[in-house]
Amino acid sequence: MNSDQPPGHVEARLDRLRGRALPVNHNARTISALAANPGCARRALMDAAGVDKQKIAAHIGYPAPFGQSRFAITRGNAFEARVKENGAAQLLTLLRDQLDLDVTEVGYTDLGDVGGNLSRELRHVRTRQGLAGQDYAPRTLFDHPLLRLRVGGRHAYLEPDLIALRLDGSFHVIEVKSFPVIDGQADPGSVAAAAIQSAVYVRALRDLVTEAGGDPGRVSHETILVAPRDFASQPVATSLDVRKQLGVLDRQLVRMAKIEALLDPYPQALTFDLDPGDDGTPRRPPEELAAAVALVGASYAPECLTTCELCFACRAEAAGSTGALGKSVREDLGGIEYNAQALALARGQLPSAERAEIAVLLLRAAQLREQLLGAVM
Amino acid sequence: MTVLTALARVAAATAGRALPTKTVRHVHLSGRPLVLVAAQLAGEACAPLAVLAGDDREKPNLLAVYEPRDRTQRFDFAADLAAIVLPYIDGYAGDGDVTDHGVTDHGAPGQGERADPYPDAPQLLVPNLPTVGFLRLLGRSTRFRQTEGEYAVHATVPLLGRWLTYFAERAEVTPSAQLLPVAAVLADHWATGQSAAEDANLAALLGWIDPPQGLTGLAAARAAEDPVRCPPAGPATDPAFDNEVLAPILREMHEATLAGDGARRGRARAATDRALRSQLEPTWALMWRAVDLLAAMPAAAHAEQRWLSDRWSFTSQVAWIREGGAPQARRDGAVAAARRLARLEREQQRLAVERAYDDPLVMAEYRMTGEAFAGVVTEAEQDRLEPGRRPVLRPLLTVATSDEVLFEPGAVLRSPARPGQQATVTEVVPPGTPGTSAGTAGGDGRTQVVLELKGGMGRSLTPPPGSVPALGEYVTYTSQRDDFRPAPKFPDKEDTPWTHGGPPPEYVPDDEDAREDWS
Repeated sequence: MNSDQPPGHVEARLDRLRGRALPVNHNARTISALAANPGCARRALMDAAGVDKQKIAAHIGYPAPFGQSRFAITRGNAFEARVKENGAAQLLTLLRDQLDLDVTEVGYTDLGDVGGNLSRELRHVRTRQGLAGQDYAPRTLFDHPLLRLRVGGRHAYLEPDLIALRLDGSFHVIEVKSFPVIDGQADPGSVAAAAIQSAVYVRALRDLVTEAGGDPGRVSHETILVAPRDFASQPVATSLDVRKQLGVLDRQLVRMAKIEALLDPYPQALTFDLDPGDDGTPRRPPEELAAAVALVGASYAPECLTTCELCFACRAEAAGSTGALGKSVREDLGGIEYNAQALALARGQLPSAERAEIAVLLLRAAQLREQLLGAVM
Repeated sequence: MTVLTALARVAAATAGRALPTKTVRHVHLSGRPLVLVAAQLAGEACAPLAVLAGDDREKPNLLAVYEPRDRTQRFDFAADLAAIVLPYIDGYAGDGDVTDHGVTDHGAPGQGERADPYPDAPQLLVPNLPTVGFLRLLGRSTRFRQTEGEYAVHATVPLLGRWLTYFAERAEVTPSAQLLPVAAVLADHWATGQSAAEDANLAALLGWIDPPQGLTGLAAARAAEDPVRCPPAGPATDPAFDNEVLAPILREMHEATLAGDGARRGRARAATDRALRSQLEPTWALMWRAVDLLAAMPAAAHAEQRWLSDRWSFTSQVAWIREGGAPQARRDGAVAAARRLARLEREQQRLAVERAYDDPLVMAEYRMTGEAFAGVVTEAEQDRLEPGRRPVLRPLLTVATSDEVLFEPGAVLRSPARPGQQATVTEVVPPGTPGTSAGTAGGDGRTQVVLELKGGMGRSLTPPPGSVPALGEYVTYTSQRDDFRPAPKFPDKEDTPWTHGGPPPEYVPDDEDAREDWS
């Protein structure tokens, strides 16, 4: 099934990029962040090689602004535990309405139980056996499944919260989130993030079903979001249609699968190795590492500030570009790349033919601002 | 965004400091606003942690929840907040006591109607939009509570909930200035050299607008992004603060309570207060710096008119509460929602026109797109009469402008200087057209626009002084106007069509609402 496996020399190059560090595992969140900025070669390459971007960013002097509050983690875990307690009895009741489950559908299977063996490969095999088995009847909910998705050069292992199987043989991914649904409404940003993460699981589950010789169409694009209702911890289930997110994700995965083409422009010796000492402290000169990072082009946009560990480094690098001020600024300026170019046109520099139209507007805008504000541009 | 504001951002990035995008302040600013800076516990729907509140910049009141997951403490916190917010509101509701809630002795509904609005209204200032959302949820989780029976809360809690809900709903009405997220107001008046996403950080935004001595706006903004130096403006807290400072303190508090050790508990409380102050006070200072910056700008003419609507809205809300009206429902019915949406759209449109009339820099946006022009009056026939059975006064003006004019003859325009007067375009002479009735157009590259004026000049056949632009006057004309547009017709609530679920059941708060978990 893995005929799309990159050739050995690509694997070797990705290993060299990463250097001595252990590969960073993808999760649904990092994979969905990839889809947010598909044009960024720097991120695509580092993620394909499993580079620890957080460490890289810190070493070159731009530590990432991400942290998670332990209160949020505790609350999230407590809610998930509550949803799953007693064989997820409470959840089954909710799903009966949401998925038209028959009352006889009450089975709960824990796929995490592999006789104490925690190897991911083994857990994944167990998940495949459990899900692909023929006797649906008593099995409705699968807990602790472990899926696998090929991202760039490597397999990423993913743990959806739960998978539901209906009598008619269709699978539904269930995502448990701890943001509240108040009077039927949730924060749109949180829902969007949950939808793309669910799409990652749907993609991985479809791959699994295909590998087991089944029909990937059995994995529904309707996923279930379970979140606390109002201000309490009572769960409420809502279905999410993730077809759009699947489309975006698939395009990006295909792009990353062509990792060879992505690697092509860069020297063979390129590496993001930190040269860790015996105690793990990076010894590589930061300037040298920064130069290696700078070699691979980034596509910075302010949206990166919430999704990528390298964002501060890329932002500093993008200083002076119109895109760093926001996509809409760049668009309003007719796609002009740099602030200096825009200002030159605003001051009356003769434009090239393709900039003639925007140049007129910029000149006009500059005149108006000067007329109304005096010397201020 | 537009080319004009995009250029301002580019210029600000290059100059290293923010540049103005407005020449006047487009919001009303109270002389005594109530400032609220809030923090909530991460991961919870609405677990207040602390609030700094007050209308005196020298005296912020710190309200803290020492065990944020404890229901009783939350309602105590709500009561403490009510003790600040409600007297502040009372101060504007003149002749009565707003805290006197429920069915009161102020008489039957209807009697409380006033001929005039209250002379002023309360104004709440918060750092950012997420804090508006926090107040909305705090209002939602308290307004249905009952003050008697098994789940009783302090008498002021549901009233606070209704007022917070009221303010949060006003914040959705764009022209209203009753609850303002200050970062958004500043970002509306200045262009920084960073993205709109980064402008949401109040400290960074103020860094661009008003950098400390010796720092560029960029350097000040970058320094402000360090959560240790500039804690977030809330309601979300800095995760590192949560993990390294708050978590141990809360654990200590919990253990002291379990041990029943009063002295230890007192020490833990003091430590909590110190920690929370360290997170909120920097933002408190920023809020008042922002107030000073905004107060230094002249107010736009229409901003004060819009404040009159706010005063009216406040006045009827006071009456509604005094007459024992029900708290706001959880969700609008179909008709109410449609009516509300239509009103918001109309108000939004009117606001855009008012801002352009008030501010030449906003009008410049319309000049960029050919929907307005400005120039000098080169000819004026002030006493021109249109002959007929009864001659009428129809002055003719010629305005020379270097703006691009896209109007056709027949277009009806207005001038912000004389909004009651119509100007109909009779002729547009592009630059370089010799020998036309518009006179010696041509060489100077300006377009000549001939306008016929109507209205706003009284009844006599000679216009009163100043009612018609004079020769040499600088004038602006635009097709944008704020005309009265009747509200679209909506069915009564009882006639909600079946497509929209039919008439909604009358909303009656029930015990279910009062009992609702808040955990």
